[in-house]
Amino acid sequence: MDIELMLKVYPFFLEAAWVTILLSVLTAILGLICGTLGAAARLSRFAVLRFLGAAYVSVFRGTPALIQLFILYFGGPQIGIQLDAFEAGVIGLGINAGAYMTETIRGAIIAIDKGQREAARTLGLSSWQATYKVILPQAARLMVRPLGVNLNMLIKATALVAAIAVVELTYTAQRYIGSTYKPFEMFLLAGILYMIIIYVTGRGVAWLDRKVQIT
Amino acid sequence: MTEQTHFVEIRHAQKSFGTLEVLKDISLNVERGQIVGIIGSSGSGKSTLLRAINDLDPLTGGEIWLDGVQVNKTLPHRQYEKHINEVRQHVGMVFQHFNLFPHMTARENVTMAPKMLKGLSQADADRLAEEQLDKVGMLERIDYYPSQLSGGQKQRVAIARALAMKPKLMLFDEATSALDPELVEEVNLVMKKLAEEHMTMIIVTHEMDFAASVCDRVLFMDKGVVVEEGPPSVLFKNPTQDRTREFLRKHIEGAS
Repeated sequence: MDIELMLKVYPFFLEAAWVTILLSVLTAILGLICGTLGAAARLSRFAVLRFLGAAYVSVFRGTPALIQLFILYFGGPQIGIQLDAFEAGVIGLGINAGAYMTETIRGAIIAIDKGQREAARTLGLSSWQATYKVILPQAARLMVRPLGVNLNMLIKATALVAAIAVVELTYTAQRYIGSTYKPFEMFLLAGILYMIIIYVTGRGVAWLDRKVQIT
Repeated sequence: MTEQTHFVEIRHAQKSFGTLEVLKDISLNVERGQIVGIIGSSGSGKSTLLRAINDLDPLTGGEIWLDGVQVNKTLPHRQYEKHINEVRQHVGMVFQHFNLFPHMTARENVTMAPKMLKGLSQADADRLAEEQLDKVGMLERIDYYPSQLSGGQKQRVAIARALAMKPKLMLFDEATSALDPELVEEVNLVMKKLAEEHMTMIIVTHEMDFAASVCDRVLFMDKGVVVEEGPPSVLFKNPTQDRTREFLRKHIEGAS
């Protein structure tokens, strides 16, 4: 194992790791927005919205994220959607992550005992008031850990955008293999950096989870 | 439509879940200040009837009137929601499983709705919380979370939460059924206190002794109908129906 080489290319990998982090953050934000809208649709009293929410989830969880990215990036221009690779990566992965988060958020909301809503409605609160004052604060606490799992998956899924030439960690590893012929060292280095990102994120999620629990 | 003359008036209440008919043409009047107990075995429809009064379980037929207002009137969704939220502010409800909000302290449980719906200031809300929690003997625990309270204490906070909206009518849905036997009395005492203050109450209960001691009138329900009703002294001592006798025999034997 060529540790000297690994130390030499390390700064370039670190730079690429920042791209992975930026990609992850933007994807997570877009995913949360899509997931919130998706969950709201799935729990709506309107059948059309419930159908659209369910369709969103089954389409984006039912096909490979890589195919979704290819359709958006390579197929997009054919139907008038021109995106650069980074934009396509964020949008493609964000919508994909949103489908998983839809189920996480919906799951946390329906896990709240129906007596909670009944008690709130009985006091005279409207459906929306009951939702945001009673249901969501409790559901939010239940969401932290499973959303942390979604986040973990999403960070690893950013490796897929190497396939559309976004210069993040995985793509950088592949590029350095081309010039060094050392795939073991290059992929190992990328793997270590992914693990650090995942580890720090995981600790952050665990901290947040402890922080929001009721005494 | 005939004019409503009673405080609570239930006319030909009918309720089906699919093909299962749980309420069959029930009519019932309750006057202001009256305390009405509803007894019956599980599945008799007594909780469903109670939950129809504030429309938690909407009827499939019949009418519910409260103080001159029809509760279950037919309106477009938005207007109906506005109407029912208004009605529910005047009807307190206490549940078997308390349904306190676990992320709020006793104080917050009590003040949340009055602050939100009546625009009470924090100072007024605090005064209200102190007053209501004192009434149920829970003032010392005002800043405790539900998870830090016993079942009986939770139920007393839940009663204070309902009273904080200054309801005209209180509905109790087996308020003591989920409690350990030694905690039942503290909740019963609070309910007796409300009775002495002439709060109008409809109480679904399994406790015959309690019903006999506080209710002006008791209804025995079975299979979706009111089999028999009358003052507790009559219903418990000299029931006229076989089904009532059968039920009471089982219950009073079961209790002793």
